[in-house]
Amino acid sequence: MSKLGTLGARLHHGEVGYDFVKNRKIWYGISILITITAIVGLAVRGLHMGIEFQGGAVFSTPKNMSVSVAQAEEYAEEASGHDAIVQKLGDGSLRIQVAGIDTKASDTIKEQLSEDLKVESEQINAELVGPSWGEQIANKAWQGLGIFLVLVVIYLAIAFEWRMAFAAFVALIHDITITVGVYALVGFEVTPGTVIGLLTILGYSLYDTVVVFDSLKEQTKDITKQTRWTYSEIANRSINSTLVRSINTTVVALLPVAGLLFIGGGVLGAGMLNDISLSLFVGLAAGAYSSIFIATPLVADLKERDPAMKALKKRVLAKRAQGKSAPEPEPVGSGGLGGGTQDAAPAVVGPRNQPASRSRGRGRPSGKRR
Amino acid sequence: MSWPPARRPGARRPEREYEKVAAPKKGRNAGAQSKPWRSLALILIAIVGLTAGMFASGQTTPRLGIDLAGGTSITLRAEPEAGQESAINKTNMDTAVSIMERRVNGLGVSEAEVQTQGDRNIIVNIPKGTNSKQAREQVGTTAKLYFRPVIAREAGGAAPTPEASSSPSAGSGKAEDTKEKDGKKDESSSPSPSATSQGRAVTDGLKADASPSPKASESKGSGDGDGGGKGDASDPQNSKLQAEYAALDCTKPDQRTTAGKGAKPDEATVACGQDSQGQWQKYLLGPAEVDGTDVDDAQAVYDTQAGTGWKVTLGFTDKGSKKFASITGKLAQQQSPQNEFAIVLDGNVVSNPYVTQSLSSNAEISGNFTQESAKNLANVLSYGALPLTFKEDSVTTVTAALGGEQLRAGLIAGAIGLALVVAYLLIYYRGLSFIAIASLLVSAALTYLIMSLLGPAIGFALNLPAVCGAIVAIGITADSFIVYFERVRDEIREGRSLRPSVERAWPRARRTILVSDFVSFLAAAVLFAVTVGKVQGFAFTLGLTTLLDVVVVFLFTKPLLTLMARRKFFASGHKWSGLDPKALGAKPPLRRTRRPAGPVETKEA
Repeated sequence: MSKLGTLGARLHHGEVGYDFVKNRKIWYGISILITITAIVGLAVRGLHMGIEFQGGAVFSTPKNMSVSVAQAEEYAEEASGHDAIVQKLGDGSLRIQVAGIDTKASDTIKEQLSEDLKVESEQINAELVGPSWGEQIANKAWQGLGIFLVLVVIYLAIAFEWRMAFAAFVALIHDITITVGVYALVGFEVTPGTVIGLLTILGYSLYDTVVVFDSLKEQTKDITKQTRWTYSEIANRSINSTLVRSINTTVVALLPVAGLLFIGGGVLGAGMLNDISLSLFVGLAAGAYSSIFIATPLVADLKERDPAMKALKKRVLAKRAQGKSAPEPEPVGSGGLGGGTQDAAPAVVGPRNQPASRSRGRGRPSGKRR
Repeated sequence: MSWPPARRPGARRPEREYEKVAAPKKGRNAGAQSKPWRSLALILIAIVGLTAGMFASGQTTPRLGIDLAGGTSITLRAEPEAGQESAINKTNMDTAVSIMERRVNGLGVSEAEVQTQGDRNIIVNIPKGTNSKQAREQVGTTAKLYFRPVIAREAGGAAPTPEASSSPSAGSGKAEDTKEKDGKKDESSSPSPSATSQGRAVTDGLKADASPSPKASESKGSGDGDGGGKGDASDPQNSKLQAEYAALDCTKPDQRTTAGKGAKPDEATVACGQDSQGQWQKYLLGPAEVDGTDVDDAQAVYDTQAGTGWKVTLGFTDKGSKKFASITGKLAQQQSPQNEFAIVLDGNVVSNPYVTQSLSSNAEISGNFTQESAKNLANVLSYGALPLTFKEDSVTTVTAALGGEQLRAGLIAGAIGLALVVAYLLIYYRGLSFIAIASLLVSAALTYLIMSLLGPAIGFALNLPAVCGAIVAIGITADSFIVYFERVRDEIREGRSLRPSVERAWPRARRTILVSDFVSFLAAAVLFAVTVGKVQGFAFTLGLTTLLDVVVVFLFTKPLLTLMARRKFFASGHKWSGLDPKALGAKPPLRRTRRPAGPVETKEA
């Protein structure tokens, strides 16, 4: 079986495991750093808003134009009286952007261009956007974002608990900030397609987070009835046990997006496909990162402040101190939690716990010991 | 569209499922395992049914949006008049849509669609092959509704009108009988001092003539013209109008759209209109007496008292009622057809009721109305009173070539995405990927079928963002399988054999899938409800595919896996099955007894 499969097995048995929760400070630090960079980038460079957001026109010509970019630029500026940006796409077609013109004026510009470029005017694709349209799209997107966040936080608070809702919220903001920051820093053009991509990230990033939380919730169901693990340790194991799935999901999600990006960027040159997939690509990567490194450790952090969890931690530590005197192959809490605790546990529990207890979950054996 | 309501059942489901799973233990293996064939049969029937439906509807491919098929898409934004913010409401927007539909389809475009989007936008999609410029002009201008007195009226084309139902049919001969009176009246009621030649110049017919007529004669021109008839050759403009009227053939669509184009409200004009039998008639009309903006309110009501059926009641503003009283007072004394006034919308006569008495602020139009025709007329009338203007927010013209290319690119991107996912699944899950791929195919088939059917059903059009949504959804769909397969593998790692593993893994995987799909669906639903334009198309496909994902996982993937688990290839954990216990690192029983706690704990994972 592939390496990942073996890794899955080892993760499953706790043979390997990375202590995501313990090292959370590092991840928080990295994330804060990235976020600050993103915000600074946003503040300093700002977003390069596409024509759709400032109003103007985008004309694109048929394939294989013989006219050079510089010449087309000249034509366009002459025709419109505004600055024009001309790009030559992979298939030889020209993309001419003129900002700040009225939708009415664009008709004459189109006619003029078709004359200059010697293309029939019906052959020219035109996208004319009034200045308020982009604003409206953006406003609606913000509105949608707001409503969605509120609904999701409520849903997660009901289905899970408020800490998870909060952590998911933070992770989401984190993802969006990073994506927007990347756009500001690299200077990609922001179009409605970008907005679509950004909004999709919402769903996707949460989707990922929710799966980890789901596992976490299941594992911590009877947490107070045992004294072997603290909340953070169980949280860490949830991450590890869903790690293979997280990797798989991210890969599987990124593959079609990569296909889009390849076709959108490589073949079409520019346009909706490219815009959507680019922001998706950035956002998905950030989303996978945040659900593992940010959201879950954050939940653990919050949860450890809960008095019940504090008490649990005390009990667990006391138990372990006690257990140290007993023959234990490995000291607990030394770095790799997965390996450490899981090996430690059987030593304490001993072979009395028969598979019969399997179906009853964790509660039972630990109950016995108390 | 029908799926914001569908969100509610979806919202409840994950929680309910969760309850079931949270306190499980008993009956875990029941239900799901019992009848795998039944579920498979169900989904097969669904596919066959949908396919049959698709062929029955005659639409075997999803309807393509403008950006894929080529054409022009115009987004208009309603702007209320100052202080009338509340004017943007559903009724007004619907009225505006129906008016625009009239106009666009007046161009002879059969498939143009006009629909509201969001709360204040109207989208007009005009497929390729139409003169987009002309279409834009039609849509972009504000609708003009006028009440003009009828000077002459006759059947519009080769086919003679058998009978005009709401008013007695009359030829042009009659119009000449009463020319004197009519002429005077018009002169007095509407002096037209403006530079009419400007307005006229737009009319195609007049361009050739290039009449240098002085204004003085023109101002009277309209009045004279009414009565002047063919004999009055001294006024070139007037005779021009007469000639135009004579030449007008309303049975020809192109003539219909150009007739009376650019006519000023205070001038006489020609126009076309259909009578209640659907016959085209042509009209020679006097200057507008009442404006559409003078109409305060118009409603279709059923006359229960007189029992005469449907009628349209009209209310006028103060200014409007004065004008209306004056015109009806005059018209009432005329003979047919000059006792009629024409309700002219965008140069088309939508109705020509005759007047029997002087009317003031409230009027009613009765006749052989059906509920529909009465409502239509009321709509038209109230449109004039709409305190809305429409501004072009965006206009996208896509040539058929680019549209085809974008469609192809989208399809290729989808194919590449799908191929990559399949390849990855094959490498990682081996034999198990057969189930995943089959599920993906079923999902794809269902998506295609439903998209095709939604075209005729709710006017769904597949545009580029929607294609993107579908491609992105491949990931979400595949993820459901991954969640489930990983659970099954975890169970196998516990040392279980395959069949119990499949059943034990299901309740947990199910919950995870439902919860995460719900979140994804919520995102799509919110986006769909709130946003406008392209974002909406994307959200729609994303929501649709998320729903289908749940259906496919429940009705196809799970039963198929149950069945496959019975096959020796999978059950024995063949090396290539993807479920080889050894490769998965299952703990041999011996070791398990030695260190049971580890697996016991992770079992809950």
